[in-house]
Amino acid sequence: MTGEKRDWPLYEVFVRGKRGLNHVHVGSLHAADDRMALTHARDLYTRRNEGVSIWVVRSEHISASTRDEKDPFFAPSADKVYRHPTFYDIPDDVPHI
Amino acid sequence: MAMTAEQAVPSAAGGAGEEELQERFDATIARDQRIEPRDWMPEGYRRTLIRQVAQHAHSEIIGMQPEGEWITRAPSLRRKAILFAKVQDEAGHGLYLYSAAETLGVDRADLTERLIEGRQKYSSIFNYPTLSFADVGVIGWFVDGAAICNQVPLCRSSYGPYARAMVRICKEESFHQRQGYEMLMTMMRGTEAQREMVQDAVNRWWWPSLMMFGPPDDNSPNSARSMAWKIKRHSNDELRQRFVDMTVPQAEKLGVTLPDPELRWNAERGRHDFGTPDWDELMRVIKGDGPCNAERIERRRAAHEDGAWVREAAVAHAAKQSGRAGSGAERGVAA
Amino acid sequence: MSDDHVYAALAEGHEDDTRWAYGTGFEDPLHGVDTAVPAGVDGAELAALCLELGDDALVSAQRLAEWTTRAPELEEEVALANIGLDLLGQARLLYARAGQVDGTGRGEDAYAYFRDAGDFRNVTLAELPNGDFAFSTARLLVLSSWRLAHLQALTASPDPVLRAVAAKGVKELTYHRQYAAEWVVRLGDGTEESHRRMRAGLRQVGAYLGELFEAHDAREEVLAVLGQVADTAGLPVPEAVPGDGGAGRLGRHTEHLAPLLEELQSVARAHPGATW
Repeated sequence: MTGEKRDWPLYEVFVRGKRGLNHVHVGSLHAADDRMALTHARDLYTRRNEGVSIWVVRSEHISASTRDEKDPFFAPSADKVYRHPTFYDIPDDVPHI
Repeated sequence: MAMTAEQAVPSAAGGAGEEELQERFDATIARDQRIEPRDWMPEGYRRTLIRQVAQHAHSEIIGMQPEGEWITRAPSLRRKAILFAKVQDEAGHGLYLYSAAETLGVDRADLTERLIEGRQKYSSIFNYPTLSFADVGVIGWFVDGAAICNQVPLCRSSYGPYARAMVRICKEESFHQRQGYEMLMTMMRGTEAQREMVQDAVNRWWWPSLMMFGPPDDNSPNSARSMAWKIKRHSNDELRQRFVDMTVPQAEKLGVTLPDPELRWNAERGRHDFGTPDWDELMRVIKGDGPCNAERIERRRAAHEDGAWVREAAVAHAAKQSGRAGSGAERGVAA
Repeated sequence: MSDDHVYAALAEGHEDDTRWAYGTGFEDPLHGVDTAVPAGVDGAELAALCLELGDDALVSAQRLAEWTTRAPELEEEVALANIGLDLLGQARLLYARAGQVDGTGRGEDAYAYFRDAGDFRNVTLAELPNGDFAFSTARLLVLSSWRLAHLQALTASPDPVLRAVAAKGVKELTYHRQYAAEWVVRLGDGTEESHRRMRAGLRQVGAYLGELFEAHDAREEVLAVLGQVADTAGLPVPEAVPGDGGAGRLGRHTEHLAPLLEELQSVARAHPGATW
């Protein structure tokens, strides 16, 4: 990391897709602190209703979203139906879409 | 898993010599398995990947601008929500890709510097202006359609983090192309003025879309090596042909004319013949002389520089927080 | 199974979503909700309330959309858009409800695109230009705290549709408030410059608290949140100045609303009779 630019450090993000599954590594992001990393992970990696739990890890640290935050954390993306390709009514005879 | 630049520097771990490492690497590629960040890899492979993934990330971020202009003006609330979500996805895709690039030992701040200093490129298509709302639909249909042609094979790219980012991106982008085509279908059923808008947008975006696949194969110096390394899986011309074959029947269905008098079905080849894009124009746009190059970079630079005080404040706050936590004081915001 | 196979399957859209933490399953917030106007509810009053709350949401979403490609970091692009999309979604549901109960049968776009500034009923704080990130987050903190209290009260509305919209909005606004509160704390506590900017942002917002509390008296809830956040951020709590003339609920707006609407409505109005 270049010291002078004072970048936000890199975090790895793990999302549990639904109960009964392991957390899965989904990618990384930058955040100034653990709290922000969780917020960003929620916004970036659960836009389409993915996930019931997030872990973010910066080097030796692990932070997990807590159970009682689940509702406001994840509910908002549940109605964004236009994000899914099946939302668009394309006639069956239009090829390749 | 991302790592620091230090960790990413290849080392002859396990005492294996360079030759042996190269052999293992070649064998992994030959078996069509993935190279992962901690694997040894030839320096050329690493540099080529960094360039390609970074350009791809930059394209997503710069690509927010031409359509982003229309979010505030979208003519229905449904279209507004769709476009807002789509442009947001592009920011997300840029982030997935920067994240993949960072596993190769570069950091995003450096890549951003290279972009705004003009040392790294992005897709030439985003240097064309969006003149009407129909452009939003045509970008979805052509540009995202072309992107899907390009990207679906990249889900099998030899570099694991890149391939995995592409899987996620491809899934999300299928909505982008569909929303574009659906919008155009709706407009074509609308007023005469709307149909004219659509045809006009098709006329302006067709050739630049064909150019998105890059120069022809006989003039694409890095392609052969990228294909040998399975960073790229198909040649520029092959992908361009696929795009044309895919798009022609869609255009017929829509009722628009693709602006190429040479475009026709070739029964012998089982594919479409089509005209030659203006490669001089592509070179001019790539070199920085497109209609919007300066404007696009300037917007990105301004956002980055105007945001510096915010990013610095967050770092300063985090440092104070960990200082306070270390001294036993209560933390203001619990993680 | 080779990893290649997994990638190919996903790229082609076969369902192996769980493996990738990539969810589906969207919910319609109004699924199963009775849309008839309940007995004892005045349709015109209900419509007026829906328009007020819808206008607040639409105008706020429009300002959030203006941050697109201009946010201080890419992660914030995504976050601000999520909040904007939530509010846009609320506006659409509220306009749709207004059209059902005001007797006109109008759709959401009729309210968004074919009313002039004087007909909009949003609070004026929502229409102010974005300013810097400090002002935008200070405004977001106040508006989301206030709207959260408002919608919480409406989860007991006699109208089942409004109740459902409010219940959905409460979850969303809880998150918006959290996002904004975190930024107000960071900027207040961060550097000298950010502290100065956030102090100015909160002061500017304070001048509109009076109008907010006249529109819906959530004085206690909002000031409690502001007090807690400002205290953590090392900032003075903004004072609620009594209404100073801004009265968006009466259709009296600042000079900033008309240009905002002109942009929002430009394409729709240029093509009468078009479908999008």
